[in-house]
Amino acid sequence: MKFSLISLLKEGLTGNRGWPRQWRDPAPKAAYDVVIVGGGGHGLATAYYLAKEHGIRNVAVLEKGWLGGGNTGRNTTVVRSNYLWEESERLYEHAMKLWETLSDDLNYNVMYSPRGVLMLAHSIHDVQVGKRHVHANRLAGIDNEWLSREEVLDFCPILNPATDIRYPIAGGALQRRGGTARHDAVAWGYARGADRFGVDIIQNCEVKGIIRDASGKVIGVETTRGYIGAGKVGVVAAGHTSVVMGMAGVRMPLESYPLQALVSEPIKPIMPCVLMSNAIHAYMSQSDKGELVIGAGTDQYVSYSQTGGLQIAQATIEAICELFPMTRRLRMLRNWGGIVDVTPDRSPIIGKTPVEGLYVNCGWGTGGFKATPGSGHVFAATIAKGEPHPIAAPFTLERFTTGRLIDEAAAAAVAH
Amino acid sequence: MSRFRTGAGGRIDRARGINFTFDGRLYTGLQGDTLASALLANGVHLVGRSFKYHRPRGILASGAEEPNALVTVMRDAGRTTPNLRATQVEIYEGLAAKSQNRWPSLEFDLGAVNALASPLLASGFYYKTFMGPRFLGSNKAWAKLYEPLIRRAAGLGRAPEAPDPDRYARRYAHCEVLVVGAGEAGLRAALDASADPHCRVILCDEQAEMGGWQLNAGSDDLVEMLETLGARPNVRLLARTQAFGVYAQGAVALAQRLTDHLAAPSPETPRERLWQVRAGEIVLATGAIERPLVFPGNDRPGVMLAGAVETFANRYGIRPGERAVVATTCNSAYGAAFALKQAGVDLAAIIDLRDKPDPALAANALKAGIPVHTASVIVGTEGHKRVRSVRLGKVEPCGIVKSTDSIACDLVAMSGGWVPSVHLFSQSRGKLAWNGETGVYSPGKDAPGQKTRSVGLCSGEFPADMRGFHNGALPTPDEKGAAKAFVDFQNDVTARDIRLAAREGFHSVEHVKRYTTTGMATDQGKTSNMNALGILSGALEKPVPDIGLTTFRQPYTPVTFGIFAGANRAGLFDPVRKTPAHAGADALGGVFEDVGLWKRAHHFPRKGETMHAAVNRECRAVREAVGLFDASTLGKIELVGPDAAEFLDRVYVNSFAKLGIGRCRYAVLTNEAGYVIDDGVVARLAQDRFHITTTTGGAGRVFAMFEDYLQAEWPELRAWQTSITEQFATFAIQGPKAREVLAPLVEGIAMENEAFPHMAMREGRVAGIPARVFRMSFTGEAGYEVNVPAGEGARLWPVLLDAVDKAGGAVYGTEAMHVLRAEKGYIIVGQETDGTMTPDDVGLGWAIGKGKRDFVGKRGMMRTDLIAPGRKQLVGLETLDDKTVLEEGAQITDTPTPAPGSAALGHVTSSYWSEALHRPIALAVVAGGRGRMGETLHVPMPGGAIPVRVVSPVFHDPEGARLHA
Ligand SMILES: Cc1cc2nc3c(=O)[nH]c(=O)nc-3n(C[C@H](O)[C@H](O)[C@H](O)COP(=O)(O)OP(=O)(O)OC[C@H]3O[C@@H](n4cnc5c(N)ncnc54)[C@H](O)[C@@H]3O)c2cc1C
Repeated sequence: MKFSLISLLKEGLTGNRGWPRQWRDPAPKAAYDVVIVGGGGHGLATAYYLAKEHGIRNVAVLEKGWLGGGNTGRNTTVVRSNYLWEESERLYEHAMKLWETLSDDLNYNVMYSPRGVLMLAHSIHDVQVGKRHVHANRLAGIDNEWLSREEVLDFCPILNPATDIRYPIAGGALQRRGGTARHDAVAWGYARGADRFGVDIIQNCEVKGIIRDASGKVIGVETTRGYIGAGKVGVVAAGHTSVVMGMAGVRMPLESYPLQALVSEPIKPIMPCVLMSNAIHAYMSQSDKGELVIGAGTDQYVSYSQTGGLQIAQATIEAICELFPMTRRLRMLRNWGGIVDVTPDRSPIIGKTPVEGLYVNCGWGTGGFKATPGSGHVFAATIAKGEPHPIAAPFTLERFTTGRLIDEAAAAAVAH
Repeated sequence: MSRFRTGAGGRIDRARGINFTFDGRLYTGLQGDTLASALLANGVHLVGRSFKYHRPRGILASGAEEPNALVTVMRDAGRTTPNLRATQVEIYEGLAAKSQNRWPSLEFDLGAVNALASPLLASGFYYKTFMGPRFLGSNKAWAKLYEPLIRRAAGLGRAPEAPDPDRYARRYAHCEVLVVGAGEAGLRAALDASADPHCRVILCDEQAEMGGWQLNAGSDDLVEMLETLGARPNVRLLARTQAFGVYAQGAVALAQRLTDHLAAPSPETPRERLWQVRAGEIVLATGAIERPLVFPGNDRPGVMLAGAVETFANRYGIRPGERAVVATTCNSAYGAAFALKQAGVDLAAIIDLRDKPDPALAANALKAGIPVHTASVIVGTEGHKRVRSVRLGKVEPCGIVKSTDSIACDLVAMSGGWVPSVHLFSQSRGKLAWNGETGVYSPGKDAPGQKTRSVGLCSGEFPADMRGFHNGALPTPDEKGAAKAFVDFQNDVTARDIRLAAREGFHSVEHVKRYTTTGMATDQGKTSNMNALGILSGALEKPVPDIGLTTFRQPYTPVTFGIFAGANRAGLFDPVRKTPAHAGADALGGVFEDVGLWKRAHHFPRKGETMHAAVNRECRAVREAVGLFDASTLGKIELVGPDAAEFLDRVYVNSFAKLGIGRCRYAVLTNEAGYVIDDGVVARLAQDRFHITTTTGGAGRVFAMFEDYLQAEWPELRAWQTSITEQFATFAIQGPKAREVLAPLVEGIAMENEAFPHMAMREGRVAGIPARVFRMSFTGEAGYEVNVPAGEGARLWPVLLDAVDKAGGAVYGTEAMHVLRAEKGYIIVGQETDGTMTPDDVGLGWAIGKGKRDFVGKRGMMRTDLIAPGRKQLVGLETLDDKTVLEEGAQITDTPTPAPGSAALGHVTSSYWSEALHRPIALAVVAGGRGRMGETLHVPMPGGAIPVRVVSPVFHDPEGARLHA
């Protein structure tokens, strides 16, 4: 059923009894042309575009828990494309363009909210780095503008205007098209969309082994719901990618860390944009429900535990209270963590692997939600054609051997 | 005494009236009241409006689980606190509270029109609409029209308008046993544990008084137990202290409220305190929470949890109504009925779902003259701002419900049984176990390495008088009816919403939670989660334990941000590091910049001088005479041991084995990928002793990296490092007159050019102070860096200043330093490099020790891409007009009109007006830059491209004659 005001009215008046399932709950078939491991946003988007753009519809998405239960459903949903390097600019801008029409495309309101992402500068060095981004983005045709201190305070009036604090505000870079989206809706919208094309979405199905033939080529996966044959396998398992790729004997250049986030109790709107400060390590937006959504940095040590350290949440709230002194009396409602997969250059890996028929899309670390549509789109093309999509081409696994790194972190230490 | 109070009993002080206001109206409560009990004592039941439909809501519970009664408590602009639960707010003289999320008033709330549209507002409706009209453009209607409206409607209370002036404190504590919850079970556990005087015990409870449920009984036992505990020196009692989270490795976080209950708190006392506790054993005695019954109209003001009714009656002496109905599936509600009766409330009926309630209880009820309806439920309620009557339904053996009588009442006490508070146990990653008999999840096995013990009700063991439960919605005659049976009161989630989610394929409990928002309100589903599970179980025809459970997240109830920030605000947010000469530089009018944690003098404007004029003057002074610069912030490491040189050979790209004693070498540090991450100067003090400098910002990082290699990679090396950054004050004296200025102050060092050449290091005395003097330069002029013990820095600074002044020189800041080094083509790590430049890229290929077998980064540097042609290389740029100073960070292209989306050749890394050359200069990294000397490139700017010429990055004294002068 198409979602619209009309269908909502019709159903509303008849007791909301006619809404069909948003996606089926099929038993796994014996084999699929493509098996996607991981039912997060990226995996679901990949399946959707495989079916929609490449006509490959005999596809299964295998998810060990519930759809979107990984980082997709845990992240703070900052969406922006004002990255520094051309390779990243192209990738994230590709995603941004898709965000702009995603609700219509999926017929699912993913609540992409271009309310502006403002990245603060506090020191001369911050200003240099911020302006470099603005210049680079202008050349790439990506919106990003420099705001003076006064303009920053105008744009986000609840910021601390004091000049006698430890890190007074010096200015900021604003991407107006940046913003947020509703994470669950992204997973569900892609799931519903993929399902309509015939993709099987199979939850509670953990991949336990990747099976290869004598030549080394992938032929299927062993799962908690039995063996499933596969022409091609795409691994999109975020924090657990190393584990899954290990099943095929591929060692990944990834480290997994807990990353925490938290929200306040809902309050009436005070926060007009997404605000990030890399110098003081905090960022904040306000959800449509009224909660202040706050992100922290990763824990210092690698771990698969989703309980992060209290000191991380503490340091983050300290920074938030410093940037927004009127929030000190507000209260933290929920605090949680996810496991993020971090590459040496903090850029993702999208593409082929040394194992024939095995593809991987991972390494999005602390900032892959914003890329979800673009990532799925280029990964689907890569799997379908067996050749990297041009936008995905620089993000190979080989770059760590050749040295062609795309180091966003080194340049700016920007996390999200 | 008000007619809503009982005649006697309870823990309120009937002699001490306390005035407070709610929504501007003045009321009187008693000492010991919460805002909730005080409002009830004034007959006020309507205290809030629900989130979505703005339905009138009353007080449901008596403690932390309250979903409805959220209020804003006002003190002043910075001390206004939204979203507090009236059941947890202790009243004080002058307390001013107001209701939230209603307009224009609580009594008349326009938002209630939402209820008319409620069929459209079923779970997840917003995912299905708000996307068009399309002619506005994709996503435009959402972003410009709907979202702003939704945002305005959402949110509960308002944030304070001014910064919070209150203080918050932190403490760390260790103990053998931490007991959370001071009800009977917790008190006994604390008594047992603390009998051993060596066993340190901390007992905390979120309520103002310890005792938990016993406070309702007012037993003498309680007084005695508290006295015993209070007398034991090994016991710490923390009331008003909530254990809100179990974090990694069993750290328990407690939030203690210190002043919110006081009318006039002293500004000296912190408002709250964060305790971080490490305990040998965590004893959980957190009790149980009652579950509401889910029946149509169960949210009207006057419908309350039976346990809460009992608490209000017994502990606060409240008569919460005139005529009550008790609806239950659990024995404990009979206690509430008797308590109400005792309090003089007329009991209209007990409506028990069970066809055979506990015979003794039923008999007692009949004896007390209370009619008991068995196999019965409430099928509807009437009343708007207060319940007026309930409709009784009889459950036939076949399961069909027949609506029968209407019973007039103004109070409904309901109970669907109890749910153990397993939040903290679950946060500690312990496994929960389903108990079909009690219908609850209770603590099972501890997580590995974790030691917890659950005692009392939170263990899931219920005494006989608390047995009987119901999960899910009560049976109703017509599921289609318009009346709503609420599951999550605050978020307005109904039983129907949950069924709809199930119908749409949301079968995982996490999906249902997210799709319907059940359990996501500020009470985190304390009263709703089990019922939601029950309804889902029915809808999916799957037993509850097969459905799973949502994660219990920290915090147990919301915790103030301020408590995390503690005193780390404003000037204390991060430490400020100041050099020994800071005061001196400040006195000279230095303007400081932040570099890492340091304050560095950026320039020294004289009266009326602009920054540029000051910087130009400072540069001239260095080039023409002599300048004094405070370089104390540079990182410094002393490395000692027989293998110290070997260690340096392995970490830096340079070779040190042959570095002579008393000689210095410029050193480049790369990471394993082969990229420059730091630079500095290494001086050999002795065969086995080196003095190393790092960049200011990199000092900590480099030290940590060295330590990592020393400890983890090459433990066999006999080398040890010490950070000496703060042991020395470092002053640079630079310029043609540097020797002339310094020599007269020096003892024990031959200062002649041949005796003390460029890149040499000598130890001696300067102005009588022991000093390590380096002859080196970051300006291109001959110069020295004098290191003296930090404690002597403030004494040496004026001496040097005076000498420099007399020689016609000047003190200079970091900006002049940047210009001077750029004129000479010296890089700054972090400005010319960004983590992607190899030594060769920035023209430092010469520094790499050619004969070395290996060093950190060597393999990385040999990778194909790092030696491929076309890499970005450091060059100089001159604007063709000789006037325009380029913007740092600006991009470089080979055409003046690059198409949008074009790739850049590189970017401007540093750009200044050069006073020495009387023209702007810039450093840049450009693809294949060293092969482009003389080429014209372009720097596109918003107003058009600026043409530039590629030149050598060394603008000043390329031969280096001045260094050696
Ligand atoms: C706290 C936090 C905040 C963040 N904030 C932002 C932000 O503001 N902006 C932003 O852009 N990004 C952010 N991120 C990062 C972002 O969430 C991720 O990069 C992105 O969601 C990754 O999507 P995914 O679909 O690849 O991963 P996931 O959603 O994690 O999906 C991977 C799925 O694989 C499944 N899986 C794993 N192993 C197996 C197996 N063996 N068999 C079957 N299934 C398996 C997992 O269960 C999981 O569902 C944040 C992350 C966190 C944790």
